[in-house]
Amino acid sequence: MIDILIVLIKIVFAMMWFLILALYLTWAERKESAVMQDRIGANRANIWKFRAIGLFQPFADAIKMFFKEDFTPVFSKRFIHNLAPFLSFFFVLVTIAVIPFGDVLRLGEREIKLQVLDINVGLLFILAMLSMSIYGVILSGWASNSRWTLLGGLRGAAQLVSYEVALGLSLIGLIMVFPSLTLSNLVHFQGELLFGWLPKWGIILQPLGFIIFLFAAVAESERVPFDLPEGESEIIGFYTEYSGLKWGLYMFTDFMKVLIVACLLTTLFFGGWQVPWLYADGFHFPWGGQWLLPHGIVVAFQVLAFNLKVFFFCWFQILVRWTYPRFRYDQLMDLGWKVLIPLSLLNIVATAILMSL
Amino acid sequence: MIKALGYFSELIRGSIITTRHFVVNMYFHTLKLFRIKAQRKGAVTTQYPEERVEIAHRHRSLHRLMKREDGKPRCVVCMLCATVCPSECIYVEAAEDPDPEVQKYPSTFTIDLTRCCFCGFCVEACPEDAIRMDTNEVEIAEYSREDLIYDLDKLTR
Repeated sequence: MIDILIVLIKIVFAMMWFLILALYLTWAERKESAVMQDRIGANRANIWKFRAIGLFQPFADAIKMFFKEDFTPVFSKRFIHNLAPFLSFFFVLVTIAVIPFGDVLRLGEREIKLQVLDINVGLLFILAMLSMSIYGVILSGWASNSRWTLLGGLRGAAQLVSYEVALGLSLIGLIMVFPSLTLSNLVHFQGELLFGWLPKWGIILQPLGFIIFLFAAVAESERVPFDLPEGESEIIGFYTEYSGLKWGLYMFTDFMKVLIVACLLTTLFFGGWQVPWLYADGFHFPWGGQWLLPHGIVVAFQVLAFNLKVFFFCWFQILVRWTYPRFRYDQLMDLGWKVLIPLSLLNIVATAILMSL
Repeated sequence: MIKALGYFSELIRGSIITTRHFVVNMYFHTLKLFRIKAQRKGAVTTQYPEERVEIAHRHRSLHRLMKREDGKPRCVVCMLCATVCPSECIYVEAAEDPDPEVQKYPSTFTIDLTRCCFCGFCVEACPEDAIRMDTNEVEIAEYSREDLIYDLDKLTR
């Protein structure tokens, strides 16, 4: 009984974390782009003249979307048209289940893993669910029954499928180095030290894999340098026929993808919740010193480290989105098929050779 | 390969530029948050309804009709402004003035601000200095088009 309760609490916490951060990513995106471009950004939404640097803006947006007309065109396939945004939202939402937020938290006798679901194919699960979320794109493009959406859906499908290959191949080197698909094990392996002082994070063992994964993952999140399916400045793409809250759901899914990509980059290449030289009983520095800490503080450090890393990568993805112009379609396909996939194959071969030495 | 490396270095250069802007602006925003005086602000934005930019001395804003000492409009209905107006938004009707020195005065003088392009030709053309565009009023907005047709009363105000 208490186990079920713990699982429920973990699910609620993980979902709250995910959804609230995704909500505030919209705010972060507006503010960060504004600061980068010497502007101020959204700061007018207020509650009783209390502005709080625009922190109420996401709620104002949500209220606006609630009251907009939810229009379904008569020529659309109504059921699938309504289903598609929920499909892509759902498949991104479930990926948070396998992300480890921290190590084991001990409360009395009980050991609680700070992870909703520690399955042994965690990495595959995330990749599979991200692939499934393509169905939201394809179905909305097809079911809207209009030319723009169909073209947008086709472009989206082509882009996502081709970058899916590079995404998977770039991770094979990592899986060869840390022989596990369980995300919590992957993070545990990254807690070890190289040469006795360097933390054995994924980026140090797999720098090329990291770069390929970064490109492919940013392409997966369909944002500006790779926003061919949407092209929101001119062709609009697969959600042309959506309005109101269903359109908002697509936007929200975009931000959730940003967050899940940041989580993946953190977990796979930047040591997840690992803090360098922090062990279960405190810091043991390679130059000999040590700083022992109680269990609660250690867990807090780990969760904080995970969150800071995720925030950094969210910041980084917003930076990328507001720095680079969009690819042309053939350039996008060239980058995917002619650069990233050969490089990831090279990465696999090089890793294999280095490991067999 | 060399070309690809060139692209890559340009990618990095671009992101360094935006990161520099971000860091520098965040530095000045933080200084402002802690009420520390700095050389400049973190953003170039003017928070419009609260702060306003000073309107330049020669800025062409809403028109006004000048008055004589006795309070009558200085206009003598020579029709030069109505003639020169490229958007044909000035309409003047003359009436006879009892004063032989003046002879004519405008019984109606309307400017249709929905059409006016604020070129200032009417001001240039006027031989009597009767119309000027120096009110510094730039927020000319109304809920209906009719309210934007300014008549003599509104213009001499």
